[in-house]
Amino acid sequence: MSKTKSSTRHPLLNTSAGDPALFRGLTENRVSRRRFLQAGALAAGCLGMGPFAFAAESTDWEDWWKKQKPSGELVFANWPYYIDVDAHSGKHPSLEKFTAQTGISIKYREVIQNNASFYARIAPVLKAGQATGYDIIVLTSTWQLTELMMQNWLIPLWKEKIPNFYKNASQSVISPSFDKGNRYTVTWQSGFTGIGYNPKLTGRKIDSIEDLWDPDFAGHVGMMSDNTELGSVALLKLGIDPVTSTPDDWEKAAAVLREQKQKGLVRQYYDNSYINALENGDIWISQAWSGDIFQSRAKGFGDLEFVVPKEGAMLWHDNMMIPVGAPNPLSALSWMNFYYTPEIAGMVEDYVNYVCPVPAARDYIAGVLKDPDVANSPLVFPTSDMYSKAHDFYTFKTYAEYQRWNSNFNPVIQG
Amino acid sequence: MFARLRPGRAVAPYLLGLPAWVYLLLFFLIPLASMLALSVATGNPLVGYSYTGHITEFQDAIVRYHRQFLRSFYYGGLSTIITLLLTYPVAYWIAFHGGRHKGTLLFLILLPFAVSFVIRTLAWQFILADRGLVLGQLKSWGIISKRAYILSTQWAVIGGLVYNSLAYYVLPLYVALEKIDRRVVRAANDLYAGPASTFFRVILPLSSPGIFAGFLLVFVTNVGDFVNAQILGGPGTYMVGNVIQDNFFVNQDYPMAAALSSILMLLLMVAIFLYARAFGTETIQEYAA
Repeated sequence: MSKTKSSTRHPLLNTSAGDPALFRGLTENRVSRRRFLQAGALAAGCLGMGPFAFAAESTDWEDWWKKQKPSGELVFANWPYYIDVDAHSGKHPSLEKFTAQTGISIKYREVIQNNASFYARIAPVLKAGQATGYDIIVLTSTWQLTELMMQNWLIPLWKEKIPNFYKNASQSVISPSFDKGNRYTVTWQSGFTGIGYNPKLTGRKIDSIEDLWDPDFAGHVGMMSDNTELGSVALLKLGIDPVTSTPDDWEKAAAVLREQKQKGLVRQYYDNSYINALENGDIWISQAWSGDIFQSRAKGFGDLEFVVPKEGAMLWHDNMMIPVGAPNPLSALSWMNFYYTPEIAGMVEDYVNYVCPVPAARDYIAGVLKDPDVANSPLVFPTSDMYSKAHDFYTFKTYAEYQRWNSNFNPVIQG
Repeated sequence: MFARLRPGRAVAPYLLGLPAWVYLLLFFLIPLASMLALSVATGNPLVGYSYTGHITEFQDAIVRYHRQFLRSFYYGGLSTIITLLLTYPVAYWIAFHGGRHKGTLLFLILLPFAVSFVIRTLAWQFILADRGLVLGQLKSWGIISKRAYILSTQWAVIGGLVYNSLAYYVLPLYVALEKIDRRVVRAANDLYAGPASTFFRVILPLSSPGIFAGFLLVFVTNVGDFVNAQILGGPGTYMVGNVIQDNFFVNQDYPMAAALSSILMLLLMVAIFLYARAFGTETIQEYAA
């Protein structure tokens, strides 16, 4: 969803690398008018263009993979603050380790701030049959990912080359509903969307989605502007599993959201800035991403609590994938395989603090990195109880469906 | 010989204007044409969009988003008027009483604008936060309720628009006021016009080119703004700019985004035309002359 990953710094890094909110201002919201126009010209440029040049679906991928030659490079596009950073050198130890071990040099690019806008940037390029220049991109399990798959703009992974994934991956990321059999993706990080709140301001413990509809909190409830998150929480409130929901359910969900808004409960529909609003007390209770709350607590907002409500929480995945035209596909596979080890996943996780896709990394973090805060956090290594309450997002099968979802939930936000 | 030179002379101005024409063609006319073409296209991001000439997007845009249009013009208009009321005294004071510090004073006005627009707007989030500098203090004195807030309301958005347009109004006003011949003001005094009468019958009309230019500059920018509503707004403060952004980046509904932009442009052009007719350039030229 549209989160700046790990808005934040690691607890050990309290040497203020600048306010994260400022950083976010620099990266996330700055859709300048100029870029807006550029994108417009791009979109117009792809009008009436022919189908994509790669006939991806008809390719024998096994054969294709065998023909690829190893190269000494890897271009990795990721979200800001989404990988381990050495406090002194500012470099990324996990990446350096990879280079030392494989001889593959990595160009690490923090260019993804938002699923939709990143998709809007690469889609015209891919549509024109050109390469994005990236070997790995990281996107959330949501519509844009489905779209990339539907367009055949992803290279199916060569399973043989990523044995570590099958050896070490958490059950929650093997064959997820949005990519059955991990044909195209392996997870980078996961996270829960539950409720974040400040007990000092709410005056009581929170355990239910109903609390987001509590009139006592009028004007101080934060909801997400990401319409997938917004719609899903309303479905959970109604006791409907988003994965199997129908358009009729969506209408009902939109109705309860409208009611919530009309009663003046909602302070704002937030992008990732909800976390600042929670921190500074503008909102008392909000839809929230688990990792944000973890990091917020780590940097001194110890009052904030995260809860997986009794009705359930959403579990999202940010995934690594290889776009067609990737110049170094074999390097991409090497990295994916390399990442799925307790050591490397542990190094990354100890900094990033979302949900780790490699359960065994816990021992590495506790034993080698000696960071019990992270190792023992259910937000990073969730309990089976948390997983049992986790729901996947609805997977849109067609654009018409996606539009139908939008036409229900966008008017709530835009009103 | 002269006969041979003449055509050259006639062409020269056009040649000099050529870079500007090429620039306009490349960066204004072509994008404008593609935007208009896109607005009458149909399809979806998966199959692509093709030109069909259907104007359904326009109807749809008005049906679905007329409230956001009205809101944008309301916010834009109100914020421009407030900006004018705030900046006129400032510009007046600098122009008439700034003395040798005029340059410094103008520089001070422009100084905050060296900081990124987004950062400055974000700063208001901190200033106006529920427990921030202003509200936190008022709450601790018990002047306002603990639940009270400004952020996420329309006043925060309008306030942000005003703040962000201050400099754009001060400058044209200053230029207009500065140009006023002081002898005219003295003449008014000589003819027994009081301060109020001098101001309303001499200075204000003479500064109208600045009022006019600044109004256009600020109004047009503010109506199309989306950053203030995004950062300072809440539920029910969506402006057309935000809707366009959503349709473009989130829904990838390019025709809808293009149709909305076209309508906005058209409405602004009509507004500007009516405005120019009412307070027209002719009147202004009269005063300026």
